[in-house]
Amino acid sequence: MAVKKFVVGYFEDEPELFAGVKKIRSAGYKIHDVYTPMPIHGLDKAMGLRDTSLHTAGFIYGITGTTTALSGIGWIFNSDWPINFGGKSHFDLPAWIPITFELTVLFSAVGMVMTFCYLCNLAPFVRKHHFNLRSTDDQFTVVLELTAKSNEGEIQAFLASIGAKGINTQVAESGWWLGRYDKDKTPIGTSLA
Amino acid sequence: MSSIKEHFEIPGRFKQWSLGLMGVGILSLIIGFIMYGNVDHGTRFWATLLQNSVYFLLIVNAAMFFICATTLAWGGFQMTFRRVTEAISISVIPIGIITFIILMCIVVGGKETIYEWLNRDHVAHDEILKGKSGFLSPTFFTVWSILTIGLWIVLGMKMRSLSRSIDNTPLTIEQGKKYMFNNTVWAAIYIVWFALTVASVTPWLWLMSIDAHWFSTMYSWYTFASSFVSGMALITLFVIYLKNKGYLELVNEEHLHDLGKFQFAFSIFWTYLWFAQFMLTWYANISEETIYFKPRLIGAYTGIFYLNLIINFLAPLLIYMSRNAKRNYATVTFMSILIIFGHWLDFYQMVFPHHYPDHVPMNLFDFGIALGFVGLIMWRTGLALAKYPLLARNHPFLKESIIHHT
Repeated sequence: MAVKKFVVGYFEDEPELFAGVKKIRSAGYKIHDVYTPMPIHGLDKAMGLRDTSLHTAGFIYGITGTTTALSGIGWIFNSDWPINFGGKSHFDLPAWIPITFELTVLFSAVGMVMTFCYLCNLAPFVRKHHFNLRSTDDQFTVVLELTAKSNEGEIQAFLASIGAKGINTQVAESGWWLGRYDKDKTPIGTSLA
Repeated sequence: MSSIKEHFEIPGRFKQWSLGLMGVGILSLIIGFIMYGNVDHGTRFWATLLQNSVYFLLIVNAAMFFICATTLAWGGFQMTFRRVTEAISISVIPIGIITFIILMCIVVGGKETIYEWLNRDHVAHDEILKGKSGFLSPTFFTVWSILTIGLWIVLGMKMRSLSRSIDNTPLTIEQGKKYMFNNTVWAAIYIVWFALTVASVTPWLWLMSIDAHWFSTMYSWYTFASSFVSGMALITLFVIYLKNKGYLELVNEEHLHDLGKFQFAFSIFWTYLWFAQFMLTWYANISEETIYFKPRLIGAYTGIFYLNLIINFLAPLLIYMSRNAKRNYATVTFMSILIIFGHWLDFYQMVFPHHYPDHVPMNLFDFGIALGFVGLIMWRTGLALAKYPLLARNHPFLKESIIHHT
């Protein structure tokens, strides 16, 4: 994983965050991510994120479940082990519907949870760098990536000009690594400010 | 809010269409009466009137249910188009009266071919019908129908007048809280009455008693789901129409998305109830119960039976699934019309197989009567929309609806 340099600024309030994010984007800086204490309506639009494809994945998992159930039950009751249940035919669609429904829901639900965890790098022992611990409490943190073209001092001055309350620069792992929170510290994440 | 057009003027074409459709309805009524009125005790004639009047009464009444349910849930998203739902619910008054007249013609007029429990000699020799005779009697039927339609009208008027009462008086926060509480109480009373009527007793009386020996406890829920999903489709159509004409500036794709979600969700809910009713009967395979499904599933009505499932389940499921479809005015318009037609067909196959097990007697007469009711709904709702402001401008939740975002 790549170690990169980030400029971090935090805002105290939601409206300031929205205005800030808009100004950062129109100024052309690259937003690495925004960390907030709670989900915020419309922030994804303000950040210019594309719509998630999680629901498409969910649909695919769902029809996989439907197919699994129908072909599984169909095979069992028609060729593997045909049993006469109260004189009903072997190809007995209404009786299969509840199980088909359950498997559709099960596949799409479990599949979407796993996909979500994968996309967000959530798993036991997977660690990510925290830019600002108080973004789980009461601060709205904006993280900008320092690229070859951008200048650290300039970005810090810019963040100050749009009303960020605290500004610092951090060198951190941009992805995830394995470890445990109580034992190891961030390998690089040293706050410079 | 001076830029908002609050007063709807009925366009000439809307008026012509509604009057024209009502004309078609009246013409069909006359021709139908001449053709079928005295043939075979008028079964064909009265069954068509019964199916159409009950169906259209239940879907306009679903608009008032929508208002009360969202009020109870303290929902805000519907506030920008709330006046449209209120206008639709006014149609409960004329259609309710028409339905009541039709029901009385059948019951007091002793149309025994429609409701077999009207025949006293027959009931006296039938143990099952004798056991039900307290419930399935002209007296109970009449009293319950008066109460059903009367209280829908009265409670609906109360909800509408509450909504209009603050049009010219901006509320303070304290008054707003009191206002909301008052609304909640009346909405709760309506919902309780709705539960006792549409969600339980009334469909048993009006529709299920056609097959007097057979019963299903799911029946009323299933009827309710049918009428609610087509009621949502009706609301959506009016909202889109007004939006097209340049009214309802505050309604946008977010509101359309939620209306689409309602149609999607309740289509699935309808299917769930439909299937639950069907599967238990099919599984147990007792002849007293399967008699209801026999003409529908493997008789003359097979085509309608499967078409019903395709229109009301598969089509909404596949077409409404994606977010973009629910935010597209053309798709939603098409699906709303399809759903209203689909559930009309559903009601058709609730009523007719008992009287005509061997063939489907559907022809232009049925469609003519249906179009007459459509015209009546358009006419009454149009008048109501033109009479009152289109925006509930002082409602405490209006802002929530304007900034609504899904």
